[in-house]
Amino acid sequence: MSGVGIVMLVHTALARAEQVARHWSAAGCPVVIHVDKGVPRRTYDTFVTSLGDLPKVKFSNRYRCEWGTWGIVAASQSASELMLASFPDVRHVYLASGSCLPLRPVEELIAYLAARPQTDFIESATTSDVPWTVGGLDEERFTLRFPVSWKKNRYLFDRFVEVQRRFGLQRKMPNGVIPHMGSQWWCLSRRTLSAILQDPERRKYDRFFRHVWIPDESYFQTLARLYSSKIESRSLTLSKFDFQGKPHIFYDDHLQLLRRSDCFVARKIWPYADRLYEAFLTDPSGAMKRTEPNPGKIDRIFAKAVERRTRGRSGLYMQSRFPNEDWENGVTAAPYSMFQGFSELFENFEPWLAKATEARVHGHLFAPDRAHYAEGQKTLNGAQSDSAILRDYSAKAFLTNLIWNTRGERQCFQFGPADNQDINWLVAKDPNAQVSVITGAWAVPLFRSNLDFVEIRRLAARLQQIESKHMDVLRSPYRKARVRIWSMAEFIEAPMEPLQGILDEIGRTKLRRLAEVPQMVDLNGFGQFLQNLKNQGMHPYLMGDFPAERGIAATAKPARKPYLVR
Amino acid sequence: MGIIQSYRLRLQRKRWRIRAFRKRRELKRVVDRTSQIRDDDILLFSTQRNERIRLPYFLEYYRDMGVGHFFIVDNDSDDGSHSYLIDQPDVSLWSSQASYRRSRFGVDWLNWLQMKYAHGHWTLTVDPDEFLVYPFCDTRPLRALTDWLDASSIKSFSAMLLDMYPKGRIDEQPYRAGQNPMEIASWFDSGNYTISRNHKFTNLWIQGGPRARVFFPDTPEKAPALNKVPLVKWDKRYAYVSSTHMLLPRGLNQVYDEWGGEKASGVLLHAKFLDTFGAKAAEELERNQHYAASVEYKAYAERLKDDPQLWCKWSERYINWRQLEILGLMSKGNWA
Repeated sequence: MSGVGIVMLVHTALARAEQVARHWSAAGCPVVIHVDKGVPRRTYDTFVTSLGDLPKVKFSNRYRCEWGTWGIVAASQSASELMLASFPDVRHVYLASGSCLPLRPVEELIAYLAARPQTDFIESATTSDVPWTVGGLDEERFTLRFPVSWKKNRYLFDRFVEVQRRFGLQRKMPNGVIPHMGSQWWCLSRRTLSAILQDPERRKYDRFFRHVWIPDESYFQTLARLYSSKIESRSLTLSKFDFQGKPHIFYDDHLQLLRRSDCFVARKIWPYADRLYEAFLTDPSGAMKRTEPNPGKIDRIFAKAVERRTRGRSGLYMQSRFPNEDWENGVTAAPYSMFQGFSELFENFEPWLAKATEARVHGHLFAPDRAHYAEGQKTLNGAQSDSAILRDYSAKAFLTNLIWNTRGERQCFQFGPADNQDINWLVAKDPNAQVSVITGAWAVPLFRSNLDFVEIRRLAARLQQIESKHMDVLRSPYRKARVRIWSMAEFIEAPMEPLQGILDEIGRTKLRRLAEVPQMVDLNGFGQFLQNLKNQGMHPYLMGDFPAERGIAATAKPARKPYLVR
Repeated sequence: MGIIQSYRLRLQRKRWRIRAFRKRRELKRVVDRTSQIRDDDILLFSTQRNERIRLPYFLEYYRDMGVGHFFIVDNDSDDGSHSYLIDQPDVSLWSSQASYRRSRFGVDWLNWLQMKYAHGHWTLTVDPDEFLVYPFCDTRPLRALTDWLDASSIKSFSAMLLDMYPKGRIDEQPYRAGQNPMEIASWFDSGNYTISRNHKFTNLWIQGGPRARVFFPDTPEKAPALNKVPLVKWDKRYAYVSSTHMLLPRGLNQVYDEWGGEKASGVLLHAKFLDTFGAKAAEELERNQHYAASVEYKAYAERLKDDPQLWCKWSERYINWRQLEILGLMSKGNWA
């Protein structure tokens, strides 16, 4: 006689239930099976006959077990009563379901429980201390009444809750017991279980819990607290729940994981997981080491699944993850840098930056002619084309794709008022973006160009307007990007410090201090150029205060070398 | 959504169903093995025309996955595929000589068959060149997925179309009947897709991939849609609206999460670009039975005659579903 009795609640996959019942029985454990009332009579009869050869398997009165309702508790009660009455040697009763699978040899469970004769293994926590709240109900599971099924009639269920909340209808706990909740799969000692079942006030408790929501997770969990001398608040059954509170299912490919879990029993097993049933029910070499149960190893994998379902991978936009604006959990997948005005002001900014950091430095990705990828490539990671038309079809997707496709390598790119501006808000609201702008630097290429002055004036006016709008975006209170803005005049006063700051923030720099600096273009005559624009009635203000004389002073020097920042 | 719009969609759904009902007369029953179907069988629906060479692998692939019965509409084939299908023990075959285009590219025919036979079954609607890949498909049969979807109260499962292509000219390696087409067409584009939301039907509209990159670089808006919902727990009131891109009632199109999470999804490997493609494109161009006046086939014909090459330096070589999930083309969601 083993001292451990198994109560099995069964509703589908009866063939598997039979297999497991035989396994328990073979190890000497008496089994009481409760079959859901929903199972047709004939199927039930066949099931009973199929187990007819086992003397220590009994069947209890059938109740209808609908999720979240009293039936499951009633079934556990009557099956437990039958167990305690029919098998006086039973010291612990283990509540299991038809889709539970014993992982370790049953003898180990028997020995484990025999060494802890008075301990009750039942997860039992007060309502305020646990985050499991399906449908936003925790405390109210007990204080409200739930006469309709949540699964079948969600609408009525919600209305009932609403009405009771509005009128402040509340129930009191009988005898002031403190409500506890926990996994419905427990293992109780005969002493505790019989105390619960034979309590003179049981009718009062039953009447109360009949209208509690999901009583199978609270009835025994609450009442065990009244009688148990030693509660271990954990379940011996490995059972993982997803974000909707429904159990994760184990399949054949979980075999190694389950072997390493060291748990006595796992649920729930997919009925067609032949390899699992074979490995744990018939294969003696599948026996595991004698260690304290520790489901921690499996935790991670299922916690990750919940995380993926609720938060997802930042910066990923795909067929089954398409977050509404501002609900992205991260607009892009990784930090990146956007530079505006730098490649205009410095001759060799891009190669210099590539040399100074480990980042990939692109040119103007959003230029009107094409996407200027690093090293002049025609396509980039993820087979992204450099075609401007394809890019502009969805510029935001272009950027988020690019950052997603190049995860693991920091991306830097140049930007300017002549480029496609569709991404401005996306970048401004993206905490991954590091934006550095030298305002007004777009004037430098114009200054050095060979265009007609009328054309230059027209372009300058347009670019200034676009950049000004962009700066408004970057200065908006909704901005989340790391934004630095200098006017051109301000920047060329002391370029070292900002450059060092930018490199530090990119991190992963190859050099601790700036040894080599980028070469600034020859600005000889730039002040006069701006003055000419002003004289034409177009006032360039974004570059800051540029005295017209600056250029004149420089002409005095004989060297025609472009000037170097030191 | 407003009541009026909701009602309009309802009318539209009814219209598609009535249309499917009318189009039933274009279907001629060839072999009816539907009495073999068991209550919990997963059903597959497909139309085909002259796909004899593809059929053996196609049927084998889905049989291995756990499909219980095939419903195939043969549109006027003359390559022996008709008699080949008749001999298959788990295929029920219909044939139609009517216009493919006017049956809305087979949708009306399949809607009718689904209305009649698929109620209460998980149904997979795919073309003979589409191969479903879902999370854990190398270790779990399709029934594991549908059981899980049932347990999670999910009625439809998304699988985006992923165009596969060979390295080099697409007509270089001949495809043999029974061969896994992904042995030849083993490359794909991993990260150049664009998505927008269709507010009327609430589905996502996905475009991109090699077809947008190579065939439609100047008119990306014309590039074919890649979003698909091929696996549905069918109800006789449902109807596909346009290919398997979208359904009514439109709640079935909500296969994506809008609050940052990921729902489970798969991929349909699209092995269209094999050596058979050139002939097919020429034929389809002549028949002019395809979507938007076969604009797609025109673009292909034009582009492929000079340089039939889709491969580029950043093409990704297909390994398995885990690779697709890491690349972000599909997701395990909360299935673990």
